[in-house]
Amino acid sequence: MLHSFSLPRARIFAVLATVIGATLAAGCGVNNIPTYEQDAKAKWAEVLNQYKRRTDLIPNLVETVKGFAEQEKSVLTDVVEARAKATQTQVQIPADILTNPDAMKKFQEAQGQLTGALGRLMVVIEKYPDIKSGQNFLALQSALEGTENRISVSRRDYIESVRTYNTEITTIPGRWWRSFMYPASKEMATFDIPAEEQKTPKVDFNTKK
Amino acid sequence: MGSARAATWNKTGTWTGKRSVLIALLAGFMAVLRLAMPAMALPNYPELAGRITDNAHILNAQDRAAIEAELAALEKQSTDQIAIVTVPSLDGYTIEDYGIGLARKWQIGQKGKDNGILLIVAPTEKKVRIEVGRRLEPLMTDTMSKIIIQNAILTKFRRGDFSGGIADGVRDIKLVLLGDAEQVKERAKGGRTPNDDPTVFIHLAMWMFIIAFIIFWANFRSSRQLANMTPEQRKRLRRRGYSGPIIIPGGSSDWGGGWSSGGGGGGGWSGGGGDFGGGGASGDW
Repeated sequence: MLHSFSLPRARIFAVLATVIGATLAAGCGVNNIPTYEQDAKAKWAEVLNQYKRRTDLIPNLVETVKGFAEQEKSVLTDVVEARAKATQTQVQIPADILTNPDAMKKFQEAQGQLTGALGRLMVVIEKYPDIKSGQNFLALQSALEGTENRISVSRRDYIESVRTYNTEITTIPGRWWRSFMYPASKEMATFDIPAEEQKTPKVDFNTKK
Repeated sequence: MGSARAATWNKTGTWTGKRSVLIALLAGFMAVLRLAMPAMALPNYPELAGRITDNAHILNAQDRAAIEAELAALEKQSTDQIAIVTVPSLDGYTIEDYGIGLARKWQIGQKGKDNGILLIVAPTEKKVRIEVGRRLEPLMTDTMSKIIIQNAILTKFRRGDFSGGIADGVRDIKLVLLGDAEQVKERAKGGRTPNDDPTVFIHLAMWMFIIAFIIFWANFRSSRQLANMTPEQRKRLRRRGYSGPIIIPGGSSDWGGGWSSGGGGGGGWSGGGGDFGGGGASGDW
């Protein structure tokens, strides 16, 4: 009779200890590594999404400009080629790009080239009031500006998220959790291109007076 | 009899007992470590002073009140929040960088609806920007923002009429936001009120349950032990300073701060937790 009474109580205590342990552990960071990892991945998806948006805008832009600026063909060709290359790298993104700095670098270079080509195109367009004043172009230009801004915001968010994640798995409490529970987690790659390339091209027409 | 039960409990209980103590210690230690989080360097953002934060002092009281009324009416109708800020300086940042940072700091718009718009005017740098909350982006597109800036706002700004430019901008933004009656209805309903985060309550309830359980269990155990003791044993226990089961004085306690999501709340108005993703457009004059 004693036994039948005390055993369930011991079980209750075990359950209780597990619940307390789990709650305490959740409050102190055992879940941080997967949480931050998922967050960084979501931020990366947003970066890709915004780059894709830019890629999608370009054909319209090229179409609009083409008719007006025959003699600027080389700039247009640059944009088209850079876009093709960026699309290609986007299609061929390896699954491990986040933890593979080389793949990340390649992706960055392709997108950076497109950014540069677009910037040059915008500068060229300055010379063509016909293009600039068209409503169609105004719409495209603002869409492109907005996309560039979103790209820079989403990249900054991603960098920040990766920073949090990398800090978590390399500093003390997180490092213990990592070796204890998440040995497979690796440091994520972030954008390591020069600061001047991180600047988005200034597509501002009113500054030129 | 009592000792026999204690032995049984020990046999099955010590392992879990020791382990939980270890986990608890480790957890406590880490919770302390967690407090040392690094702070981030940011521009010197102004404090939210209401729907209109006119730090550059370009609005007169009358226009200000009129615009404020417009904004309040909009929020009442569709829950969309518009905040207007004029800053004397962008601290050397581009208006895009400054805008997204400030919009995220103030969290204009309702949580989960992300329906905030921030209109930033920097007269020193002669720049203006409309920062659009994430879920308003399909409605208030970049192109639409640009058109409003070019046609409504900048035409008046160029003549030095800041009040008129801002008022016209607000009028046009409202036109866009309220353009589709069905969507307005959709946005107006649903969505949570600003400061309620259900997970907080779940956590709190869980903790209270655990604590209550521990107290109950400890009381239960000690009263059982007390009941099993001889009067002699009880007296000895008293002398050692034991005063009976744990009783928590007062049923309720003040859980204190950490509840309000401190939005600065100037004039009782603050952002509801809306998120921004860099949508919108800028212009200069």
